[in-house]
This record gives sequence, structure tokens and C-alpha cells, in this order.
Amino acid sequence: MCAGCFRAHLFGKFKLSVTSNAMVRPTDAVLLAFSGGPASRVALQFIHEMQSKAIQSWEASNSQALPVFSLGVAFVDERSVISASLPGHEIQAAIEDIRSVVSGLSPGDKRVHIASLEEVFSSGSDDKAARLKEVVGVISDETGRDDFVRRLRMLSLQKVALENRYTKIMLGTCASGIACHVLSATVKGQGYALPADVQYVDTRWEVPVVLPLHDCLAQELNLLCEIDSLKTQQLLDRPCSGINGLVSSFVSRLREENSSREHTILRTAQKLKPFSFNKFSANGYHDFLPSRLRPKFQNIDANECTFSEILCLICGSPFSESELLNLENTKLKAQKKIDLYTAHCCQSCHFQILPAATDMYGHFFSLLPKFWTEKVDAASASHSSLRDQIADYLLDEDDGN
Amino acid sequence: MDSSATDGARLPPPRAGSRLCVRCGERKAALKRPKTLEQICRECFYIIFEDEIHQTIVQNSLFKAGERVAIGASGGKDSTVLAYVLSELNRQHNYGLDLFLLSVDEGITGYRDDSLETVKRNEIQYGLPLKIVSYKDLYGWTMDDIVKAIGLKNNCTFCGVFRRQALDRGAALLKADKIVTGHNADDIAETVLLNILRGDIARLSRCTFITTGEDGPIPRCKPFKYTYEKEIVIYPVYEISYIFIFLLFLFIFSRIEGDHFIPISENARMSLESKYSSLGSVDDECCRPRAILDIIKSGENFRISTTTRMPEQGTCERCGYISSQKLCKACVLLDGLNRGLPKLGIGSTKAGARADSDGKQRTKRSERNTSSLQGKHGNFDF
Repeated sequence: MCAGCFRAHLFGKFKLSVTSNAMVRPTDAVLLAFSGGPASRVALQFIHEMQSKAIQSWEASNSQALPVFSLGVAFVDERSVISASLPGHEIQAAIEDIRSVVSGLSPGDKRVHIASLEEVFSSGSDDKAARLKEVVGVISDETGRDDFVRRLRMLSLQKVALENRYTKIMLGTCASGIACHVLSATVKGQGYALPADVQYVDTRWEVPVVLPLHDCLAQELNLLCEIDSLKTQQLLDRPCSGINGLVSSFVSRLREENSSREHTILRTAQKLKPFSFNKFSANGYHDFLPSRLRPKFQNIDANECTFSEILCLICGSPFSESELLNLENTKLKAQKKIDLYTAHCCQSCHFQILPAATDMYGHFFSLLPKFWTEKVDAASASHSSLRDQIADYLLDEDDGN
Repeated sequence: MDSSATDGARLPPPRAGSRLCVRCGERKAALKRPKTLEQICRECFYIIFEDEIHQTIVQNSLFKAGERVAIGASGGKDSTVLAYVLSELNRQHNYGLDLFLLSVDEGITGYRDDSLETVKRNEIQYGLPLKIVSYKDLYGWTMDDIVKAIGLKNNCTFCGVFRRQALDRGAALLKADKIVTGHNADDIAETVLLNILRGDIARLSRCTFITTGEDGPIPRCKPFKYTYEKEIVIYPVYEISYIFIFLLFLFIFSRIEGDHFIPISENARMSLESKYSSLGSVDDECCRPRAILDIIKSGENFRISTTTRMPEQGTCERCGYISSQKLCKACVLLDGLNRGLPKLGIGSTKAGARADSDGKQRTKRSERNTSSLQGKHGNFDF
């Protein structure tokens, strides 16, 4: 395969993911998460090209009925939690590189947002960085710490998206990353929740998350960056440890032996049952689609009956049946809020993120951003008020006699 | 969730300079338990080890009183410990089971002899009757005969296919109600990962079942489903051999070649399993003892999408075992042998690939018997 065909092949996969899953509508504002790595760099290039073509079509069109989606780029600054002391000027240089890369992409104005992890702790805290360090420091398990930081990264992106009125968040997660996640989640006991994270679309969040490079391998993306001389940075390429690191090195060895193994893992996971939030189902969502695609989505919408999953307080994974049972039992006999918070954590987070000593729970939850625990408070309040209403309608036993 | 699976949920707070067992607080701690990393004494280890298996048996209703249960006995450590523990629990908790050891003799000169000698010793030590069924009994051919007929190149296909069914046929021959095998938690976790790596969604959906073939004539059970392989290794060092300090020393610095550690033929290990067994080092490298149980829990919680097309399972019209074809693979191969056409069933690449794939399956279900199987004594006439 020549360079041009290879590039067209990858772009075709990207475009097919976007169109066949209705990832981006003309009215959308898309925020691309950019780390500087090969995958997000390719995602930036490809989504920019789609935008360029849309702009050209829009300008050439007489009707100008539909707008073109807008695009922004977000970089998450994780200096606060990087244990190895990284010079500040290196981060600053990286940020300048990102700005120049983005400004070089035209047509279409694109804003660059630099988000810090500690901004997630904005409400009610003066020293956010110190608080972030403390909460991460409480987590003793390496894998748990890694997963917690990933969660914070997503929350940081959500915050930027909400504040700047973006309607979609696009990640550069590719097939190789998803394959690693499949094995990691299996090893962590998250088999029930695993399908939630391996689909093209995830609407659990306020701003839905889409993965357009879902079917592209990391190897292919690396190669494309070399061919096209796309500049990448290894700034955040630090070796992750624990289960995630072990699985990552394992998958690397599998790839060396059989390059299609990652796709096999991905295909296996895609045969598991996705959740209702793994596709867009809001009324009228598909109205702007080309008419030939609309019937497919409309049929899906009609058939699906949506029910709300209980999600883990920390990692957002759907609860399995046994976790739901445990939660219901705790609700009945919960004495303190801490017990409710604890019961709203999945078993994996319970083991690897919550402190080992139970008397540390209160301290840990007090460090978390308020809006995390506020969800549980709100759910708990509505639950108890519902119980009060039921009690009002019950007849006293004495009246019956 | 079984109590065995939740045992690893929370490590006890570490005690500074603790030398006593964290369970009884009386005796000196003798080992760090692989499943939970607790420091416990050997008496508590026996109790915990056996009680967890008992809880697994009770909570999953593996047996009923009066059942005749065949223990698949290979002479390896898993089946040896299984035979002992099951015999003990049967006695202590009055399961009311009629237990016997069932071994398969492939008829490979020099290979199975030592293993069968171990099983015979177990028969004497544990007071369990031993039944050995050979390929000759079940199929009319020993592996040595098959090698003469077909040569060295393809005989593994025969052995694997025949071995998969041999336990079921042997158990039926001896009128067992159930078969138990020594598959442990590490085996099951490894199978979950292998099925993900191979893209085998059908096996992924059932490889965590503690009982398979429940609809068939002889269900197959895995009482060690939540028992760690390391603990199965440690258990006989303490329980069955009494010079435990000496043997523990030997275990640390060399592979013990005694009664309970007969090496299994390397050829018996499937290549894919050998290559990828390094992932079994998850709990070694990361000091995450519950990884094995977590993998099993994931396997139990996977929900297959209803849009996924699952292969249909039928039965062989000749012998009644599970098969997706009219005749099962064993009958096809056997037919070839009996007709003097041993390469029948190995001819096409597709059939060869399928046989190789089937060979990796660890447990096999059997469904309704044909009347000829039920009524017969002695050799089957195929």
C-alpha cells in the first residue's frame, strides 16, 4: 500500500466512524482532547479536514441551509500530579507548540483551551493544587491512582466543554488503547461495565464523548504521523504502572507476534451488550442527518426502552447486579452519609481507590470535589422523600380493627 | 457473590512486627496466604482452605445426597488435592456421596505410567476406589496403535479429541451421576483471558460456569473454581506430608518431584496457553491477590449482545455427545480408523483448523445418551 492509499484508508475509517454513529452534526461544537501524542494529532488533522470540506461545501452551496460544526482543542495540564519533576518550561514550550499547530490549521477558527487537573476542585477550595495532591496521595494502590487521574482528566475536559458551550468531546482513543482497556477492566473485575467504555459513543456525560479513531491501530497512527511529518510530543508518555502498565506491555508483545490480535480483542468486546447510553437517543437528535441515514437511527430509537443505570460515584461504571443489591441494603440501614458514599462506589474502586482503613473514608470523601458527593446527596434526598410520601398513604393498623 | 470471591475484598490492617496468625491470634504465622496476603498459621490455613471449598459446594448446590461422583484424576496436584479434600468434606459434612477416582489411560508407552501410579497410591491413601478406563476400553484403540496407523504427525489430533470425551464416556460406563475436575481459579481466569484474545465469544459466555452440561446425563463440576493454584500447591505440603518445614524449603528452592507433583507432558499444553500464561503473573508482579477472582467475576458478568450470533449446539447422532455436526469429531476419527482410512476427518484445512481450535477447549458437555450407550457394558461397538 502506498502512502496516499494508506492515508486515505485511515481517513476513511475515521470518517465512517463519524458518519455511521452520528458523532458530529452540523450544529455541533466539538472539543478535541489533545495530548500531543500520535492518536490525538491524527484525530485533530482528520477532524480539521472534515471541517474544511464542510466549509467549502457550505460556501459553494446556494442554499446555505445548514451551518458547519465548530471545533476547539483542549490540552489537560497534569503537572500537579506528575511525580517525576518535569520542568515547567517544558510544559510551556509544549503548550506553545500546540497553539502553533492549531493556528496553522485553516480554514475555520479554532480555540485552544489549557485546562489544569486542579481546576476540577474549583468550588469551595482555595488551594486546589494542594488538595489535588492530597487526594491522590491518599490512594495507595498504583492502579487506583492511575484510574483516578484518568477520571479527573475526563472531568477536566467536561468542565472546559460546559463552560465554553461545546456539545461534543472527541477523544483520540484508538483500537489499541481500547484493547488494553478491555483486558484491564477484565482483570479489575469490571466485566459488567466493560462494554460501556468500548463503544463509539458515550452519553453518560453531560457533554457526550465520541471515539472516532475506534477502529484504527496505534501502529497505523504512528506510521501516518511519520509519513505526513505530523509533529508529536512524548511529553506525557510516562510509563504507567500497576495493572494498566502490565496489560499495556502484554498487548505490545501480542502485537509483535500477531498484528491482528488487538482487533480480535476489540471484536470480542463489541459482542458484549452495550448500554442505553452508548448511542444518541434524544428526540430529534438525528434530524440533521442525511436522509439516507435517518431511517436506521429512527428504527433503533423506537425499539430501545431506556432505563437509568446506577453509576459508580468515582469511575462512572454501571453497577452490576451484586453491586446494586449491596447498595439497596446499605440504603435501608445507612446511618451516615459516608456509608451511602461508600456504597455508591463499585467494587473495583472500593478496592483500589478508597483508603484501606475505613476511618479514612470521611477524610477521602471530604477531599473530593463537592459535585461528586452532591449527586449521592440529591439521590438520597429524593429517595427519602419518596419514602415519606408512601408512608402518608399507608393506613394505620388500628383503623383496620 | 460467593464468600470465597469476597474474601480478598479487604486486607486486614497490618500489625507492626506481627508474628501471630491474624485469624486465631494464638499460633505463630506460618505463611502469607496467596489469596488474601494474610499471615496465618497452618491450622487456620487448613480450616480456611477446606471451608471455602465447602461453601462453594453448598452455595452452588453442586451435589445431592446419594449421588455417585467420579473424580477426574490425572495424578497431578489439582486432582490429587481435590480427591483428598472432597473425601474429607464428604466425611465431615455428610454429603452422602459415593466417590471414586476415574483416570484415563491414553495408552502412550512411558507417559501415563507414573501418573497412574500416583493415582493408585491415592486410592490406597484416601480409601477411594480407582477406576482406570483406557482408550482401548472406550474406543478400541490405544494411542500407540493410532500412531502406528497414522504416523507421528497428526496423532495429537486423535489424542485431544478422544481425551475430551473420554472422561464423559468413562463416567457413563461406570454409572456416575456427576464428574468433578480439578480446574482451579487460575485455570478459569486464564480461560477467560484466552477467549477474549482469541475472539471466542461462545466459550467466553460459558467458561466461568461452575457446572457445565447440566442438561446432559452427567454434569461436570469444578469445586475449585474459586481456589487459587498456589494454595493448592501449599495445601498438600502441609496436610499430606508432615515434614512441612523441610518440604517447604525444598519447594522454595526446587521443584518437588514427589507424589503430588508429577509433571504433565509438555505436549499436553496447548501452544496458545503456554505463550500467554505470562499474564497469569498478574498477581505475582502487581501484588494484587484478587486479580484472579476479579477476572472470574468479570467473566461471570459479561452479557452477550442479543445481536451476536451464537453457534448452534446439537448432538452426535451416533454417540449422543455434543456436536455442531451430525457426527461428532471423535466418531468421525474413529470411523476412519476402523475403516483403515485414518486420515479421514483430517483431510481438509478447514477441518484441521476446527479440530485444533476444539482441542483448546478444557471442559466438554455431554447431552442425552443414545440407548446403545446406556444399555451397554464393556466396549462400545462403533
